[in-house]
Amino acid sequence: MSRRRPATSASSHGTTSPMTLLTALGRGLLAFALVVSAVAATPRPLAAMEIQEITTPGGLNAWLVEDNTVPIVAIKFAFEGGASQDPKGQEGLANLLSTTLDEGAGDLDSQAFQTRLEDLSVHIGFDAGRDNFYGSMRTLTPNVDDAFELLRLAVTSPRFDEEPVARMKRQIIAGLRSEAKDPDAIAGRRWTELAYPEHTYGRPSRGTEETVAALSPQDLKQLHGNIFARKGLKITVVGAINAERLAPLLDSVFGTLPEAGSLTSVSDVTMATGKMEHVALDVPQTAIRIGLPGLKRDDPDFIPAFVMNHILGGGVFSSWLFEEVREKRGLAYSVGSYLVPYQHSGMWMAVTGTRSDRSDESIEVIRAQMARMADKGPSDEELAKAKAYLTGSYALRFDTSDKIADQLLGLQVEGLGRDYIDNRNAMIEAVTLEQVRAVAARLLKGVDPLVVTVGPEKS
Amino acid sequence: MSPLSGQTRQILQDTPLARRLLRGVSLCAGTLAIAAVLAVSPPAGGSARAEATQAADAAAFADIRIGGDMSAFTLDNGLEVVVIPDRRAPVVTHMVWYKVGAADEPEGMSGIAHFLEHLMFKGTKAYPGNTFSQRIAAIGGQENAFTSQDYTAYFQRVAREHLGEMMEMEADRMQNLMLSDEVVLPERDVVLEERRQRVDSDPGSMLSETLDSMLFVNHPYGTPVIGWPDEISALDRQDAIAFYDRFYTPNNAILVVAGDVTADEVRKLAAETYGKVPRRAEPGARERAKAQVLPGTREVTYSDPRVNQPNMRKAWVVPSYNTADGNEAAALQVLSEVLGGGSTSRLYRELVIDKGVASSAGSWYNSGALDDSTFMIYAVPADGTGLQDLGAASLDVLKQVAREGITAEELERAKKSLLSSALYAQDSQSTLARIFGASLTTGGTIEEIRNWPSTISSVTADDVKAAAAAHLASLPVTAYLRGPEQAVAAPADAAPQEPAAAQEVQQ
Repeated sequence: MSRRRPATSASSHGTTSPMTLLTALGRGLLAFALVVSAVAATPRPLAAMEIQEITTPGGLNAWLVEDNTVPIVAIKFAFEGGASQDPKGQEGLANLLSTTLDEGAGDLDSQAFQTRLEDLSVHIGFDAGRDNFYGSMRTLTPNVDDAFELLRLAVTSPRFDEEPVARMKRQIIAGLRSEAKDPDAIAGRRWTELAYPEHTYGRPSRGTEETVAALSPQDLKQLHGNIFARKGLKITVVGAINAERLAPLLDSVFGTLPEAGSLTSVSDVTMATGKMEHVALDVPQTAIRIGLPGLKRDDPDFIPAFVMNHILGGGVFSSWLFEEVREKRGLAYSVGSYLVPYQHSGMWMAVTGTRSDRSDESIEVIRAQMARMADKGPSDEELAKAKAYLTGSYALRFDTSDKIADQLLGLQVEGLGRDYIDNRNAMIEAVTLEQVRAVAARLLKGVDPLVVTVGPEKS
Repeated sequence: MSPLSGQTRQILQDTPLARRLLRGVSLCAGTLAIAAVLAVSPPAGGSARAEATQAADAAAFADIRIGGDMSAFTLDNGLEVVVIPDRRAPVVTHMVWYKVGAADEPEGMSGIAHFLEHLMFKGTKAYPGNTFSQRIAAIGGQENAFTSQDYTAYFQRVAREHLGEMMEMEADRMQNLMLSDEVVLPERDVVLEERRQRVDSDPGSMLSETLDSMLFVNHPYGTPVIGWPDEISALDRQDAIAFYDRFYTPNNAILVVAGDVTADEVRKLAAETYGKVPRRAEPGARERAKAQVLPGTREVTYSDPRVNQPNMRKAWVVPSYNTADGNEAAALQVLSEVLGGGSTSRLYRELVIDKGVASSAGSWYNSGALDDSTFMIYAVPADGTGLQDLGAASLDVLKQVAREGITAEELERAKKSLLSSALYAQDSQSTLARIFGASLTTGGTIEEIRNWPSTISSVTADDVKAAAAAHLASLPVTAYLRGPEQAVAAPADAAPQEPAAAQEVQQ
């Protein structure tokens, strides 16, 4: 297992998974896990899981789920500002930052730091989303103190030495090159550019070969200073540790960071629509993306929209798109639709990879299902089934400490309280057919979507 | 994850979502062919800090008896059952693993194991059409299936109270599959589309097929799990039913239940459901021709206009846990970790950091296979380095290990890395279920799984050196991937993709 390295060219990511999608849109994974790959509650939900809200002596707030079943402690945290903070012309800076924080810190150079992590069986990772910068650390309980010390160094005193920075740049560029002719990657990139022209969301979050090549250790120091601050910091800890022991460790890691960073404000934006673009590429399968403005997470219609999307294209083996595109016609192997909520915008998009000779047919089928949802909406039975699935599967999101940490951090980042977990299923249950129809009409009616296709020249 | 992660190369599943699910599991990423379920207190106590801040050393992991309070038993009809309790959340992972995979397919029918896996979702007399899937959706469950060279598995993840119902429907599907041409033919198109998506759209995957076919001479691992396109196109309903009737029988399956259950509950439910399925067939021993290692330099270069970033792989046929003598497979696992297990590994340090000839480098060993399997090293060249030179430099690293062995520090770090990933795996009931299922369908025994930590701990530096000398001294099969001649690198403005850091965040 190569650790936390940018993907290299041997990787294949032919499938358009929500993850590829999501990251193609440059959003962090955690919030996504919360909102898009939804799953919901059992009759006996998660009462057993007690979430403590703790405040450290140093004034930091964190959520803690103490669980001594497994001798592991995991921390996940998020700073405000991610790739959206990349200065113009320095696209890819936040992503580069995420690969260099653990490449030497304090007195330890890159090899010494990495060796120390391995000696202690500690995993540290960072990830730049669009709106947030995520970090995580996982350790076995005997090494808790040493692990938090390494995390402290990475968070507060990264070195950004020339050699590892140059090395990470090379790796990122190799990854970018390897994707430059991948239909799905091209579709994602063009989609982003067309959906958000003139906005930071429209810029490539991992940069281009040119922008990455020009990044310097000084740029990294600058962005680190801008983003790494206590204001807006969200922290979740899960595992075999209690609040008394945890609090000073959190203070040691984050306590010396400045109160506020220096974030560039990001304006609210609505994605552009009404364009169709085909990128010619000699491949056997055409990558297709069709989308419209969606909803932000705090929109009062979000939950009804979420249920609506589950019926339309979110359900794995049960959605309208799956049924019409794959089951009835065999046009594609993977097809689905997703709500993508950014902090300052929202999107709804359908994604598939389809037989090139029938790609027009696939687009028609998807558009027909969109129209069907906008005009007629689902039946009572379909709505009931969707609710049953979404509520019944919620508990599956909480069966490992790692998943619990993802969920809780996601809630914090979205500005939702601890009680969301207890209320979520009731909110889903409360969605009416009228609400689903209304939100379907709001989102899908009378808007000419943005369509991007990548594949052979159309005859 | 290594770009050549075994799971993503070898296993075919029904949806990208589930593929992602598996991607984080890294059964094959050189670590968890077998993994630990910690049954004892962790080494070293709570907050006591060891003198040299060198917390537990690898030896401290050695006494872990894997499996905690897992248990296993066999029903009268031959179905093996494994139960792995995890009471933290009120959910269960229910899996049925069949001891049949693509490598067991009849000649000329490549892809039938995976095609049948798709068709298993098409209904039975009692639960026609997609009734089963609809029912799972109705209770908020998740389901999927996947096929590898050596096994085919089906699973649901549901709230604990639905376990009995899942067992009943899965047991029904073990003997009563109903197929009509109306469902078989469109599904064949879906599989062809899946092949286009996974393989034909990706030059790297295309080259992987070529490499495997060169590496596994005279052995079915040389044929892709998803099958050759012309052979998939010729598969029909009768082929699927014949394969089903030959291999889908309780005496050729393993039931794994992990989560909020007790062994007694599972025993009772299994008897009421699977226990009623008769032995439908006697598949017999899984004997395959032995992979032959041919003399001479074997290289393939694949140039494709879609390739912007060249890379290089070298692969050998080596023993798996099932075919190795003594602790050879464990030694190869340690070797793979020392060579390519991260940024302190030999290949990474020498090629990427010291010499600067590569932008990344690593190794991969598929230890969990029924037959002899693959050991691979790979690298992505830095600008200005030719693929041949990079290949030679990689081999030098390997030869040095075979000649001079590894240091005590390297040995310790590699063992610890392997053992700690096994500990981390305990966090996930579905990961544990996969580990047991995959090991038991590829020749492993419960006892071997339980003892895996001590097996790894027993590996010495000499064992590693000997394994390198014995198995990696022969000439490898080499694969070079590159763009067209005189290709001018296009601007690499590619869409953001998940950085590997995110893999860690997600794991």
